[in-house]
Amino acid sequence: MSRKLNYKDAINEALSQEMARDEKVIVIGLDVAGGRGTQGVMDAWGGVLGVTKGLYAKYGDRVMDTPISESAYIGSAVGAAACGMRPVVEMMFADFLGVCFDQLMNQAAKFRYMFGGTAETPVVCRMMYGGGFRGAAQHSQCLYSIFAHIPGLKVVLPSTPAEAKGLLIQSIRDNDPVIFMEHKALYAMKGEVPEESYTIPFGQANIVREGKDVTIVALGRMVHMATQAAASLAKAGIECEVIDPRTISPLDTATIIKSVEKTGRLVVVDESHPRASMAGDISSVVAQEAFGSLKGAIKLVTAPHTPVPFSDVLEDLYLPNAAKIEAAVKAII
Amino acid sequence: MTSQLKKEDLLRAYRTMREIREFEDRLHIEFATGKIPGFVHLYSGEEAVATGVCMHLTDEDRISSTHRGHGHCIAKGVDIHGMMAEIYGKKTGTCGGKGGSMHIADLEKGMMGANGIVGAGPPLICGAALAAKFKGNGGVGVAFFGDGASNQGTILESMNLASVWKLPVIFLNENNGYAESTGVSYNVPTPNIADRAAGFGMPGVTVDGNDFFAVYEAAGEAIRRARAGEGPTLLECKTQRYFGHFEGDAMTYRPNGESQNLRKTKDCLKIFAEKAIAAGLVTAAELEAIDKEVLALIEDSVVKALAAPKPTAADLLTGVYVSY
Ligand SMILES: Cc1ncc(C[n+]2csc(CCOP(=O)(O)OP(=O)(O)O)c2C)c(N)n1
Repeated sequence: MSRKLNYKDAINEALSQEMARDEKVIVIGLDVAGGRGTQGVMDAWGGVLGVTKGLYAKYGDRVMDTPISESAYIGSAVGAAACGMRPVVEMMFADFLGVCFDQLMNQAAKFRYMFGGTAETPVVCRMMYGGGFRGAAQHSQCLYSIFAHIPGLKVVLPSTPAEAKGLLIQSIRDNDPVIFMEHKALYAMKGEVPEESYTIPFGQANIVREGKDVTIVALGRMVHMATQAAASLAKAGIECEVIDPRTISPLDTATIIKSVEKTGRLVVVDESHPRASMAGDISSVVAQEAFGSLKGAIKLVTAPHTPVPFSDVLEDLYLPNAAKIEAAVKAII
Repeated sequence: MTSQLKKEDLLRAYRTMREIREFEDRLHIEFATGKIPGFVHLYSGEEAVATGVCMHLTDEDRISSTHRGHGHCIAKGVDIHGMMAEIYGKKTGTCGGKGGSMHIADLEKGMMGANGIVGAGPPLICGAALAAKFKGNGGVGVAFFGDGASNQGTILESMNLASVWKLPVIFLNENNGYAESTGVSYNVPTPNIADRAAGFGMPGVTVDGNDFFAVYEAAGEAIRRARAGEGPTLLECKTQRYFGHFEGDAMTYRPNGESQNLRKTKDCLKIFAEKAIAAGLVTAAELEAIDKEVLALIEDSVVKALAAPKPTAADLLTGVYVSY
């Protein structure tokens, strides 16, 4: 049975179902139970955007508020994971990982390898990313390229409510550290979501739309911009194949290559900056593996190589959008 | 209570607090109209803290601020018109519209930035204090941070470093009882945040942050110690914020009517006026005249900010160290 849920509630449902199924699953983060130590309503927030709201009522102390001490609480989650728990940590904004990166980069990501394959660290680190909210340079970044760069971390970018649910359940059951990135602008998006529990495997791209002329690989929220562009281009007789990798580590290179072999053209859409990025990485994979199929240069549609500006006019200029994607497709056709 | 303060100082202190209050109250209204982009965190209620501290500072002294930074900016002398334009995302703003409410900075005024990252300021202020020490100019650094922020590793590490290096730093804790929706009693396992100072070998002082005079005196002593090379102090000011964590917060985690009650009983502007008038140092009429001038200033800043030009595409790519 499926019904419409928004992305935020789909995440909440995934957490709730996994907490019910496995009591080793615990939720840790700032304000995730909301209202601790105050005289107002308990569970008032459920995280700053209300994603975990209601979980405290159902699961009590398995939903743990923390002091503002990211290194300590993400490190605790990593340690608990290495000792048999399955913590899901809410990091609020991806940008805040800056203060506790060691625990992810040098600890969580390394255990399995350094310990000769004996360690399992089933920790999920959820966070919101992306622009469009006038959040400026310290609250808008898309840091997934940095995470994907680190061997040992799995990186998930769900673009719809149904994917958010299935991929989060998969992330919680995975035995390695998973970075689960939620685009702020998608929280209110509605879509069909099955009621029962289900998983979506990592490393399996979704072909959102089939086409024969150009392959567009788009990440996270950009999938929607790309489908919008593809719909408009179809009216002009240009058929785009839109691919959503869904996870960028592991990355389903086979589906991307197969598509480029069919279309001969590639546009990569990434909300992040272009240098040392996923957009660069995906184009490099295609240049190496499908060079012979390419009929023209690969095009990237990304933000410019600057921090995210605050002012509304500047942020609108900064972000990739459907018009920029259309122009990129037309430029290589 | 006011032995060191001359009448003009008292009027200046009142004007600063009133400017912060009007600026914030006006932003609360403006934000509700939907014309202000992004996140806005209001400082209203905490004015005596920023004012009582910054009255002792010159442009050579540095402060670091928080996400709730408007009050610190105004108290440190940042131009109100520039701030208002910045909050509206205009080109005439303090940061050309690139920073917004949470990132206002003015290095010439010694204001090293509001900050979107909780706990980011104190290490920077240790650096400012280190620079002042090398230059031997007697400058000090003040790091403002909240009760929630007091748990951040960066702050604890900074306290240790400042103490070990005997840096001229004041760790200025604004304890308003809440970190977003989480109460200080859940977050901090000691009665006073200032208790932590002992572990870092520095004085820890707790004062009523709603009493300008108490803040002024305690900050004066901490700053004197810092300037004299005696090292850092942790000064905790107990205060409250009247509005939500950010604009748009329904504050369900607070008991009903809490902020209205606090406005009645703990308002720093009222407390200041009562004390200063009762001591015969200023008159009610003098304070009212300031109220009027400040109201006009804030109104003017909004009118000008609304009319100011927005940045343009050419501004998007400037200010990056390496551009492509
Ligand atoms: C590193 C980091 N973690 C979390 C946040 C989100 N955040 C912003 S303000 C805030 C609460 C700060 O509380 P406190 O220090 O008491 O200051 P107050 O808001 O009460 O002035 C939090 C958790 C952040 N901006 N940066």
